[in-house]
Amino acid sequence: MTATADVATALREKFPQVTGRESLDWPACNVPSGQAPAVLQWLRDEWAFDLLADLTAIDWGVGKSPRFTVVWHLLSTSRRTYVRVAADCADAEHPAMPSATRLWPGANWHEREAYDMFGITFSGHPDLRRILMWDGYPYFPLRKDFPLAGLDTTLADAEVAAETGAGVKPAPYMGGPFVAAPGGPMDEAEPRAKDQSWTEKEEKPNEA
Amino acid sequence: MANDFTFPDNAAKTATAAAGEFLPEKMSINMGPSHPSTHGVLRLQMELDGEIVTKADPVVGYLHRGDEKIAENMTYNQFVPYTDRLDYLAPLANNVAYAIAVERLARLEVPPRCQAIRVIIAELARISSHLMGLGAFGIDVGAWTVFLYTFTEREKLYRLFEELTGARFTTSYTRIGGVARDVPDGWLGRVNAFCDQFLPILEETLALLTRNKIFLDRTAGIGVIAKEDAIAYGLTGPNLRASGVPLDLRKDKPYSGYEQYEFDVPVGSHGDCYDRYLCRGEEMRQSVRIVRQAIKRFPGGDWYARDARRIFAPPKDKILTSMEELIQNFMLVTEGPQMPAGEVYFEAENPKGALGFYIVSKGGGVPWRLKIRGPSFCNLSILPKVCVGAMIADIVSILGSFDFVMGECDR
Repeated sequence: MTATADVATALREKFPQVTGRESLDWPACNVPSGQAPAVLQWLRDEWAFDLLADLTAIDWGVGKSPRFTVVWHLLSTSRRTYVRVAADCADAEHPAMPSATRLWPGANWHEREAYDMFGITFSGHPDLRRILMWDGYPYFPLRKDFPLAGLDTTLADAEVAAETGAGVKPAPYMGGPFVAAPGGPMDEAEPRAKDQSWTEKEEKPNEA
Repeated sequence: MANDFTFPDNAAKTATAAAGEFLPEKMSINMGPSHPSTHGVLRLQMELDGEIVTKADPVVGYLHRGDEKIAENMTYNQFVPYTDRLDYLAPLANNVAYAIAVERLARLEVPPRCQAIRVIIAELARISSHLMGLGAFGIDVGAWTVFLYTFTEREKLYRLFEELTGARFTTSYTRIGGVARDVPDGWLGRVNAFCDQFLPILEETLALLTRNKIFLDRTAGIGVIAKEDAIAYGLTGPNLRASGVPLDLRKDKPYSGYEQYEFDVPVGSHGDCYDRYLCRGEEMRQSVRIVRQAIKRFPGGDWYARDARRIFAPPKDKILTSMEELIQNFMLVTEGPQMPAGEVYFEAENPKGALGFYIVSKGGGVPWRLKIRGPSFCNLSILPKVCVGAMIADIVSILGSFDFVMGECDR
């Protein structure tokens, strides 16, 4: 436990701009986005955090500053412990982050996924294109302003779309049936089909 | 005779192309997404020079269902059934990994009996997943018989799962702070009986392949992954261990009481398809060892965290008769188990590798962000490197030896 606690202290000594980060489990730190590759490389080379376990992003919500945070989880195969590194993207409109593919080739797919889901551009990435959604998909689905039910869009194959006239439709129950909303008052959090329900505040829709 | 062949350069060839000759050029080929050897909906775009693969680009995402988005919109317990559909060949292991991740967030300890149940089901899930992987690998390289053996055994396991959870496939067995129900009477005895009859059959099944000349020719020295590459690409599970890295989270970061059990971690020396096969075979033997130990010292007591009033549902008879418990259950169902704010990252050693859950909570019953680290996703990311230089027929062997599942790759 002491060895892992030392990582955060040593990191702050080496990189004065690094600050501690609240964490329930592993040592964690916030780094300025520009310094992220240097910090990650230092952790890899000096502290033997040689395996990039996970790379992902968090959207804190529309209008929040910073809006996007990129999080790396590193695992040391020799010292058997994790460390969490987080960096905020400066720009909410065009979020960007230096790529870690130079350090770990395995970061390639993770960064493509973060780009696909959040629209974060990883500068220096050799092949930044969508990975889970299809090429040319217009939205970033894991952003908080993207609805759970999805949005209207065209089919991936323009030829098929033209021939069949079909498109990608959102799920019919906006918000999803029996889905509790995060936070808020009890009567809104209660799971129910939200677009077909009525409460004290909302009148029953007139069927006729 | 050998001197009769001449190899004109490309320019000379092009000059005579009018005569209708074939040009020596590369061919692009597409495998999947509905190709039997891709085990689901993986698609591989490859460039071939003759039979040698010169470029490979896996296309994933055909099974993307937006699990992470869905998780942000429902309570922690409601998400349990979605974890079944990650690695759908080992749903019980996913259930366990997810429950422990959320319990880490809640700083909740489950009692020893619950931990033992989780160890048993996670190891049984490992056996069932490896049986499937082994059978499919056998078919891929032309050994049909293995599949028939392993599926018979897997069926026996599924009967046990059905008796325990009520479902063969989509088990949804764990809850935050416990499991859905205690083990049925006599179930542990039947698991023990399964283990007793399973080991000889496993030996017989492995004997069909281990010294099989055809199997050796198809796997030994094929798809070699160096230790450094395996780490750099974030491989985990048997695929990493076959390359000689002894990383097993059950040993290195024990959870759910794994530190109490004696078992060995098989490690490969070459990192080829054959080593990956050997590792899985040995892991099944070790899993049986763990299951037997867990049954031998199966603890009594509660099978759920009794003190977790805002997290685990009260007993059903209390809900029906007592106002207090009824309200508690109502709050639990409508608002979800109440979690503190904070973030945790937990990885469990699943059959396919380290299944990770990164949970960012702002408090309340719904996660703000839940990231699923699918081991198959990371394992597949090395394909562009491994496939280059291999023969087209070896690709099938490499894919079979990776034992990936697209449910957790695409999420």
